[in-house]
Amino acid sequence: MTVTLSPPLDTAPPPPKARKTMGLGERLSAYAYIAPFFLIFGVFGLFPFAFTFYVALFDWNPIGDQVFIGFDNFVRMFGDPRFWNAAGNTVSIWALSTVPQLLLALVLAHVLNHARLRFALFFRMSVLVPYITSVAATAIVFVQLFDRDYGLLNWLLGFVGVEPIDFVQSTWGSHLLIATMVMWRWFGYTTLLYLASLQSVPRSVFEAAAIDGAGPWQRFRHITVPSLRPVIIFTVVTSTIGGLQIFTEPLLIASGAPLTCGAVRQCQTLTLFLYEQGFGQFEFGYGSAVGVALFVMVVVIAAINYLLSTRIKADR
Amino acid sequence: MTTTAPRRRHLDRVRWWTYLLLVLATVACLFPLYWMFIVATTDTATATRMPPEVVPGGNFLHLAGLVMETVPFVQALLNSLAVATAIGIGQAVLCSLAGFAFAKLRFPGRNALFLVVVLTMTVPTQLSVIPQYLIMSELGWVDTLQALIVPGLASAFGIFWMRQHISATISDELMQAARIDGASTGQVFWRIAFPIVRPAAFVLGLFGFVTAWNDFLWPFIVLKSPERYTAQIAIKALQNSYDVDLGLAMSGSFLATVPLVVLFVLVGRRMVAGILEGAFKG
Repeated sequence: MTVTLSPPLDTAPPPPKARKTMGLGERLSAYAYIAPFFLIFGVFGLFPFAFTFYVALFDWNPIGDQVFIGFDNFVRMFGDPRFWNAAGNTVSIWALSTVPQLLLALVLAHVLNHARLRFALFFRMSVLVPYITSVAATAIVFVQLFDRDYGLLNWLLGFVGVEPIDFVQSTWGSHLLIATMVMWRWFGYTTLLYLASLQSVPRSVFEAAAIDGAGPWQRFRHITVPSLRPVIIFTVVTSTIGGLQIFTEPLLIASGAPLTCGAVRQCQTLTLFLYEQGFGQFEFGYGSAVGVALFVMVVVIAAINYLLSTRIKADR
Repeated sequence: MTTTAPRRRHLDRVRWWTYLLLVLATVACLFPLYWMFIVATTDTATATRMPPEVVPGGNFLHLAGLVMETVPFVQALLNSLAVATAIGIGQAVLCSLAGFAFAKLRFPGRNALFLVVVLTMTVPTQLSVIPQYLIMSELGWVDTLQALIVPGLASAFGIFWMRQHISATISDELMQAARIDGASTGQVFWRIAFPIVRPAAFVLGLFGFVTAWNDFLWPFIVLKSPERYTAQIAIKALQNSYDVDLGLAMSGSFLATVPLVVLFVLVGRRMVAGILEGAFKG
């Protein structure tokens, strides 16, 4: 987030003569205006966040005792194959959904940016429809479309001689199914983010390149992609942080064993594992330790982002 | 390469494959919703027959009735409406107030506090659902709608976004003139600043509404009794009876999606414009 958040910080206007007319009451009202945010965020955001680290040090049963056990939850987690399985699934689903999504969004943003495109508003609105569809509804309809016996996809695959695939029950199939849902829901939104950034590139740059003989591919490769680099990094980071928190899709696709996403945990993600431990097994301490692990991953990704974005600035 | 007029016009033209690509993308975006409607209006036998039906059946009312029998779905839709509306309006007002303070008022610690607001965006609060649940049980808010509404009112991004709009649209001269006329800070906000930035606040509220309507994890944790369910949690409850009727969860999904599709048809262009203005880059 460092990419897009840093510049506006110093756009605060220097208030010229306002100070004279502002009394004590005015200043107090300013604090009153910002107080609700700090109050709500403090109680429901920051405090529980800090409290996660505390709970993680306990054997904490919500209806029983809370016993301090130090770092035992973390030791247990590192030796828990279920944790590593969930971590592997999360990374796999993240890669399968993010990479094609961002590439597709790049291409679509590039073509949507065309000056003479007709029905531009219609196309722009259409790609945002999945974003307003809930994850739950998305999961229900995609599970049906990917169903082994009654799904449209397997029916179509049958024409090219492919045997019916049981997507939900297989590891790669369930990952592909979840990744498809994530991608479907987010690619239009990402496209519009890229388009927003692309619209700030003067049209004359594209025209000049065209006059100089650059074809569509060259314009895409040498103008579109480089000018989008900051927002691309930003979306990689946000989709990674979002990818670490995938929960609803795996919960809903394997209706037989929802908390583990299937009998052999073939598509259980880290956040679903956290939920299973916390609210399925009532191991609040162990669940919180998983939360801490997720937070560490987010920090590492943010740090990599920071290094990448400073490198790019230095390159220029 | 030399430039000639016809050559240039040729370069500017939109190629046929551009439209092909965009039409395919549109179909991919809309087809699942269409399919939801198809399955939601046919009986199980028709929905599972291959080749599939392509026109809606006449079974919608029957399935909708079955949905209502299984979970209090009308109540769930009303709960979703109440939660999403409260969060949408609440975010629009609270973020406008805070954005106004950060953009136009001077007070000690202003820049430091704004930095804190920006930094809170990087805290992944979804990972702390267990302590959040503990707090809700302390407050006695488990299985209540305020457990969804109150935490949803704080939007760091919203403050950031409203501050930018207020900085860009409301000049210090205007503020100064209002003050000389004797307006208090509150009057300046409600009579001058807020009316000017209302379109931006509306877009913020829309995104807040959509996000709250579609939220799943937190309502799933905190809501217990069926009459408190939001529409998304009701869909999950319908799915538990998946074996009874294939169309049931699909009908629920359809019923929960239609209100947002209607909303999107009415004001979706403003959401698109909001993103294109750079609204949601942060």
